[in-house]
Amino acid sequence: MELFVCIKRVPDSAAKIRVAADGKGIDPAGVEHVISPYDEIALEKAVQIKEAAGSGAVTVICFGPAEATKEIRQALAMGADKAIHLKDPGGSRGPLGVARVLADNIRGRKFDAILFGRQSIDGDNSAVGIIVAQLLGLPVVSLVTKLEMKDGLGVAHREAEGGTEVVEVKLPAVFTAQRGLAEPRYPSIKGIMMAKKKPIEEIAAPAPSGRLEIEKLSPPPERAAGKIVGEGKAAVPALVKLLRQEAKVV
Amino acid sequence: MAAVLAFVETSRGKLKKSAAEILGEGKRLAGKLGGTLDAVLVGERVTALAGEAGKLGADRVLVADAEVFKAFGVDAYLKALVKACAVSSPRLFVMAASVVGKDLGPALAAAAQSALLADVTSVAVADGKVRVEKPVYAGKAVATIAASSPMVIATLRPNVFAPAQQVDGRSAPVEVIDAGVNPGDLRAVVKEVLAKASEKLDLTEADIIVSGGRGMKGPENWGILEKLAEAVGGVLGASRAVVDAGWRPHEEQVGQTGKTVSPKLYIAVAISGAIQHLAGMRTSKCIVAINTDPEAPIFKVADYGIVGDAFEVVPVLAEELRKLRE
Ligand SMILES: Cc1cc2nc3c(=O)[nH]c(=O)nc-3n(C[C@H](O)[C@H](O)[C@H](O)COP(=O)(O)OP(=O)(O)OC[C@H]3O[C@@H](n4cnc5c(N)ncnc54)[C@H](O)[C@@H]3O)c2cc1C
Ligand SMILES: Cc1cc2nc3c(=O)[nH]c(=O)nc-3n(C[C@H](O)[C@H](O)[C@H](O)COP(=O)(O)OP(=O)(O)OC[C@H]3O[C@@H](n4cnc5c(N)ncnc54)[C@H](O)[C@@H]3O)c2cc1C
Repeated sequence: MELFVCIKRVPDSAAKIRVAADGKGIDPAGVEHVISPYDEIALEKAVQIKEAAGSGAVTVICFGPAEATKEIRQALAMGADKAIHLKDPGGSRGPLGVARVLADNIRGRKFDAILFGRQSIDGDNSAVGIIVAQLLGLPVVSLVTKLEMKDGLGVAHREAEGGTEVVEVKLPAVFTAQRGLAEPRYPSIKGIMMAKKKPIEEIAAPAPSGRLEIEKLSPPPERAAGKIVGEGKAAVPALVKLLRQEAKVV
Repeated sequence: MAAVLAFVETSRGKLKKSAAEILGEGKRLAGKLGGTLDAVLVGERVTALAGEAGKLGADRVLVADAEVFKAFGVDAYLKALVKACAVSSPRLFVMAASVVGKDLGPALAAAAQSALLADVTSVAVADGKVRVEKPVYAGKAVATIAASSPMVIATLRPNVFAPAQQVDGRSAPVEVIDAGVNPGDLRAVVKEVLAKASEKLDLTEADIIVSGGRGMKGPENWGILEKLAEAVGGVLGASRAVVDAGWRPHEEQVGQTGKTVSPKLYIAVAISGAIQHLAGMRTSKCIVAINTDPEAPIFKVADYGIVGDAFEVVPVLAEELRKLRE
C-alpha cells in the first residue's frame, strides 16, 4: 500500500493568537506549532493501513516554511516512512494556490490513496483535499470516520448530514479525515530515533499567483461583558425574562 | 449573464433554511454589481421548488432535475454547477458553507480555476475585487481577504447573513439545464446509509443549541438536556471532553476540532469554556452558561449566567420555557 498524507504546520490549538505589527499575520512570539490535529488522524490511519497490509510506505507531504522540518520529523516519528517538504517562499495563497503546489508535486508519483485532514485549524477552509482530488482527476470522499482498503477498492464511512454513508470508491482516491477515524499515537523513543534517519525530499515551491491577498488580520469582535443573573434555580425566572424581553431569542 | 449565481440547497422536497440567506445576500451583491441574480437548484424533482427561489429574489432559476441527483454526490453535483456557471457566467458564485457546500465549493474552485473564499461572514464588492471577512484560527482572529479571479466562489457561514423575505406573487423564469450526468459517471458510490438520517437540523444550521459538558457526569444524565432542547426547539451539542468519553457522538462536538456554530441562542451547561470550545461558539448571538463554578471561563463570554447545579437548574428552566411556548 503506497499512501500519501498531506500535513500542515499550524499554531497549537491552545496558542494565544495576537495580530502582528504589520496587521496581516500573527505575532509568532510564544506561539508553538504542531501538525494540524486532523492531519495527525489521517497520518495515524495511513500508518495503520500500511502496517495491516504488511508492505508499502507512508509518505508525508508538507507545504510550509523551513521551520516545518520539526513537524515533518514528528510525522516520521509517528510512523511515516519518508517525507516531501515543499518549501514555501512566502506570500498569500488561498486553498486553490496551496492545492496546486501539492497536486503539482504529487502528479506522476505512484500511490493508492492520498489522505488529508478534513480541515486545518488555522485557515479553516476544509478545502485543500477536495481541490487536490479535482486537480488530479481523482474521486474524493470527505469527512471519513472509518476506512478500509483492499483489492483496489476503498470503503469509507462518511459523516453526511444527519447520518453515516458507506461509500465505495475505486483506488487511487482521496480521503479527508474526520475525528473518529483513528486516535493518533504518541511517538515512541525508538520512533523518534528512527525518524532522524528517514529521508526528507526538499523541493522549492514557486511564488504564488497573487490573485488572492490577505489584506488584514484583526482580533475577533469583543463580546460585551455579560451578567450573572443569579444563583441556582431561583434565578431561572429572571433568566427567562431576559431571554424573552432583552435578547428576544425565545 | 448574471452578476451572481447562487446554489440553493434542497432537502426532502423543500428549500433548505440556508436558501433565504444565500438568496438574500446574493441579491444584495447582485445589486452592488449592477446585475441580476441567478439561482441553481440540483436534485430530483426540484423543478417544483423553482417558484420558491423566485419568491426569495432570484431573477432566473436554473434547474438540474434528474434521478441521478437524488442523493448528494460531489461528482454529479459538480457537473451540474459547472454547467450552471457556463449558462450564467457570474462574477460571483455563492453557496452555504454547509456539509454539502464544503464539498462543492472547493470542487468548483478547482474545476473553474477560481479563487475560493470559504466560510465567510461578510462579503463586499468594490474596484473589481471581492472582499470578504473570514474567521481564522478557529475564530481567534478575523482575516480580510480580497480575490480577483474572473469568477470568485464564496461559501457563506450559516446563520450569519440576513435572510431574504418571501415576496408572494414574485416569479422568475425557469430554465432547465442538462448537465449530461450518467449514473456510470459517479465514482464514489453510496452503498448504504447507516444511522438513518434524522429530521434533525445539522448543528451548524440550528437556531438554538443546548450543549452539555463533563459536569453532566455521565451519558445517563442527558435526559434533562434533551427536555430543555425540546422546550426551546433546539438541538444538542457537546464539549470534546464528553465526546472523548464516549458519552455523545462526535457529530455533536462544538469547538476547534468540532463544529463551528453561530446560533441565535447557545446554552452551555456544565461546560468550563476552554479556549478550544469557545473557538467554536463565540460568534453565537446570545450565550447562556450554567455552571457551579463562578470562576469558569465560560462566564466571560456568556451574555447571561446562572451559577448553580445543572441538575437543579436545567429541569426548572426547561419547564419555564415549555410553559412559555404553550
Ligand atoms: C492571515 C493569514 C495569512 C496567510 N498567509 C499565507 C501565506 O502567506 N502563505 C500561504 O501559503 N498560506 C497563507 N495562509 C494560509 C492559506 O490561506 C491556507 O493555508 C490555504 O488557504 C489552505 O487552506 P487551509 O489552511 O484552510 O486548509 P484546509 O483546506 O482547511 O486544509 C485541509 C487539509 O489540506 C491539507 N493541507 C492544507 N494546507 C497544507 C499544506 N500547506 N501542506 C500540506 N497539506 C496541507 C491538510 O491535510 C489539511 O488538513 C494564510 C492564512 C491566513 C489566515
Ligand atoms: C487540539 C485540541 C483540540 C480541542 N478541541 C476541542 C473542541 O473542539 N471542543 C471542545 O469542547 N474542547 C476541545 N478541546 C478540549 C478542551 O481543551 C477542554 O478539555 C474541553 O472543552 C473541556 O470540556 P468540558 O468543559 O466539558 O469539561 P471540563 O473542563 O471538565 O468542565 C466541566 C465543567 O462543568 C462544571 N460542573 C461540574 N459539575 C457541574 C454541575 N453539577 N452543574 C453545573 N456545572 C458543573 C465544572 O465547574 C466545569 O466548569 C481540545 C483540546 C485540544 C488539545
